[in-house]
Amino acid sequence: MLRTTPFHSRTALLCQAQNWRRWAGCVVASSYELSHDREYWAIRSAAALLDVSPLYKYLVRGPDAARLLDRIVTRDIRRCAVGQVMYTPWCDEAGKVLDDGTITRLDEDLLRLTAAEPNLRWLHENSAGLDATIDDVSDSTAALAVQGPASRAILRDALEADLDSLRFFRATRAQVRDIPLTITRTGYTGDLGYELWFDGRHAERMWDHLIAAGQPYGLTPAGMLALDIARIEAGLILIDVDYVPARKALILARTSSPFELGLGWTVRLDKGYFVGQRALRAEQARPPTWQLRGLEIEWDALERLYAEAGLPVELPAAAWRTSVPVYAGDEQVGYATSGCWSPLLKQYIALAHVRAPHTAPGTSLAMEVTVEHRRRRAPARVRELPFFNPERKRA
Amino acid sequence: MKRAGFDAIVIGGGHNGLVNAAYLGRAGLRVLVLERRHLVGGAAVTEEVFPGFKYSVCSYVVSLLRPEIIRDLDLPACGLEILPLESTFTPLPNGDYLVRWADHDLTRRELYRHSPRDADAYDEFGRLMHQLAFAVKPVLGMIPPDVTSFAPSDLAGLLRLGRYVRGLGADRFHALVKLMTMSAADYLEEWFETESLKATMSASGIIGTFLGPRSPGTAYVLLHHYLGEIDGVFRAWGFARGGTGAVSNAIATAAERRGVTLRTGAAVARVITRGGRARGVVLESGEQIGARVVVSALDPKRTFLELVDPAELPGELVADIRRFRIRGSSGKVNLALSELPDFTCLPGFGPHLRGAISISPSVEYLERAYDDAKYGAFSRRPYLDIVIPSLIDPGMAPPGKHVMSIFVQYAPYQLNGGWTDARREAFGDTVIDTLSQFAPNLKSAILHRQVLTPADMEREMGLTEGNIFHGELSLHQLFSLRPATRWAQYRTPIAGYYQCGSGTHPGGGISGAPGRLGALRILKDLRQ
Ligand SMILES: Cc1cc2nc3c(=O)[nH]c(=O)nc-3n(C[C@H](O)[C@H](O)[C@H](O)COP(=O)(O)OP(=O)(O)OC[C@H]3O[C@@H](n4cnc5c(N)ncnc54)[C@H](O)[C@@H]3O)c2cc1C
Repeated sequence: MLRTTPFHSRTALLCQAQNWRRWAGCVVASSYELSHDREYWAIRSAAALLDVSPLYKYLVRGPDAARLLDRIVTRDIRRCAVGQVMYTPWCDEAGKVLDDGTITRLDEDLLRLTAAEPNLRWLHENSAGLDATIDDVSDSTAALAVQGPASRAILRDALEADLDSLRFFRATRAQVRDIPLTITRTGYTGDLGYELWFDGRHAERMWDHLIAAGQPYGLTPAGMLALDIARIEAGLILIDVDYVPARKALILARTSSPFELGLGWTVRLDKGYFVGQRALRAEQARPPTWQLRGLEIEWDALERLYAEAGLPVELPAAAWRTSVPVYAGDEQVGYATSGCWSPLLKQYIALAHVRAPHTAPGTSLAMEVTVEHRRRRAPARVRELPFFNPERKRA
Repeated sequence: MKRAGFDAIVIGGGHNGLVNAAYLGRAGLRVLVLERRHLVGGAAVTEEVFPGFKYSVCSYVVSLLRPEIIRDLDLPACGLEILPLESTFTPLPNGDYLVRWADHDLTRRELYRHSPRDADAYDEFGRLMHQLAFAVKPVLGMIPPDVTSFAPSDLAGLLRLGRYVRGLGADRFHALVKLMTMSAADYLEEWFETESLKATMSASGIIGTFLGPRSPGTAYVLLHHYLGEIDGVFRAWGFARGGTGAVSNAIATAAERRGVTLRTGAAVARVITRGGRARGVVLESGEQIGARVVVSALDPKRTFLELVDPAELPGELVADIRRFRIRGSSGKVNLALSELPDFTCLPGFGPHLRGAISISPSVEYLERAYDDAKYGAFSRRPYLDIVIPSLIDPGMAPPGKHVMSIFVQYAPYQLNGGWTDARREAFGDTVIDTLSQFAPNLKSAILHRQVLTPADMEREMGLTEGNIFHGELSLHQLFSLRPATRWAQYRTPIAGYYQCGSGTHPGGGISGAPGRLGALRILKDLRQ
């Protein structure tokens, strides 16, 4: 039996679809209802409750805690104030991305790292000579995301915390009855949203409490299928899907640097030593060969391709995550790694790795589509990411 | 502000007028929209009639909003969000119910409970409708040809039409002919035996008409549902977040971003014409505004008989427009609720409340409702099409509270003795009584109610005779005949004077298609 999350007694009851997916060795709901449609819309128009407990979580403590993390990740963690959260990738010596996650400075000497992959050994390997302890709290810490335009109103009713002054990528402590927790204004949807971190022993009580408080606002438990669409709209990459972590790459060509993944903004070459710094410095000096970009498939053209087969456009209801060739003329210049019909934007969108010089927004490319068993090419336009970036996310 | 001259004036800020203006603005014209009311949207408005509760006052679901308009005007970037409306729930007087869910297997199981045969037939029927809808869909996006003309463009249009129909094949062509000529009830009779299923499906054929489910010509509206489903792949069908007014507001924003000026509280009295050409408009205030193009987004009666002097028009057209059937037959009740309705047949909260709720237990029920109206009364037991918008978009009501939209048929415009305040309230009571039989807690949950009769819709929304579609969608009033032969191409006999309301092809509903096609016509004419 695979591991379950601390919310399993609740999510299992709700999961009408009996549709589960693996995430970091845990089973989590793909969708609760028979279709993920309403769960997706909850994220964008009301609020969704997502069990994100499978994330790996590490508490790093001690006078050198910040220094330790700073040595590993590309961002400048010494500048991360208490109560601040930073999103960051981290790399190997070759400057290739190993993983990405968030770092929350809970206190001067206490930081929490979240990760998609196990990183305990990596943290230890890089802690030589530093006064810091590392705790793997992955199993004991439960995490819930409350995401969507109504999330603030719900949490304002549900908890005692100063939410109005909690800015984007900040953290605060809060209390629900006798349960202490931290709230970060973060998430994987690109919308207004929060993540709640607390001891897994309180998981069920917390779930019930939030469901009750959120009900008048339309809070809806949402699974991974809904989240997948939201994160593509938000242009947020997913490990193992949009990039192969360097540790798992069998060949060098499968690895990516932060610059190639649209994460150049996280790389602070001017800070002290960090793993991969030398390679990244060299790479920064030359223009990147690959860039992660948005693609918008042109609808009229797609409609024509289907009309030739006597069909209306047929698209999968869920996001796809396979590698799909992208062309400039007859030359393959890249590959898309995930895509979906965006119910909100009413556009068929994809995340793609595109080779220079075809990366400028507005460039006309083509993406392979299979129409009635035949490979066709649908014109697609290069777009800057994210596709969707509402004001409320930061407001 | 400089009183810039305008190239075009659009009369009426309903969604079609707004779409028209946005397309004209997009082509670089300086456009002014003049709306009589204090807000734009016409029959697609959201108003907070009772504090904290937002009503989609008239129209309540978005069914056929053209995807090309959504794309051309980039409406999602202007705030348009269309949420799924998933099921149709029909409570029955015998304590049972019928639900058609979004999920195929759930629907099949439910239909099977009523009739195993119908469960099979439903899939076959769906496939046929889907094919027919796909075949006729292009018609929604084309300017109807003038069937009396031999102009190349009209002939080409007829040819194109012929091609779509030929492509259908004999069987499906036969089905299409049946669909275009039969009554909804008769057509469905050939397929199904479950009364409540036939009734609920045929109800879509009578919405907005002064016809009963057994009246010929009501079947083809069944197609509309499936047209919506085709577009449903990319969800142009459902419930607009913020109510239907949000659709109008998104289009208004798109228009403004393209330089269009919107003026509310500006009722147009008439169109200024000189030498057979439109020159501008006069407002009721007496203010005159000039433009070389004037577009009426009002219904045909107003466009031809009120805004211009009928004496300036060909007598034949005037006669056609006088005959144009625009009898209002529907009413609307909007409720603010302290709690959700609790249906005896399916108690408590459940997903059945999140979709449409239809009071249409049998074809006979609907036909009897029509009988009352035929003789000038509102139905004693009316057909109701209900949604609870706050369950789909909680922002429509304060947390934990709800709004309910009830579309009611029949409420004849020509009521015996005329509509009075007392008769409006009696009508409202009838609606509430009808629904309370299925959900007894309703009455005690009502915090506020708004009742709209066809007379109210005429007075407040400017819908002649309260007709929700600016004229019935019956066969003799469609396509090249809408609103009149020879004048179905958005032009009028007055040069520079155009029409683009729901009284033109392809008709009523929140489609925006008349507004868009009207604009394409105008832009083409201007280039010549
Ligand atoms: C009760 C009801 C329920 C409906 N339900 C649905 C539904 O659920 N789904 C659906 O798709 N459709 C529905 N419809 C139909 C749909 O709403 C209409 O067909 C559509 O909104 C009409 O749009 P329009 O722009 O053509 O005209 P209108 O919306 O009628 O716009 C005309 C505008 O012109 C203005 N005006 C009138 N006279 C003047 C003047 N002299 N000067 C300036 N301005 C003037 C009016 O105030 C109005 O704003 C419903 C309609 C009603 C009434």
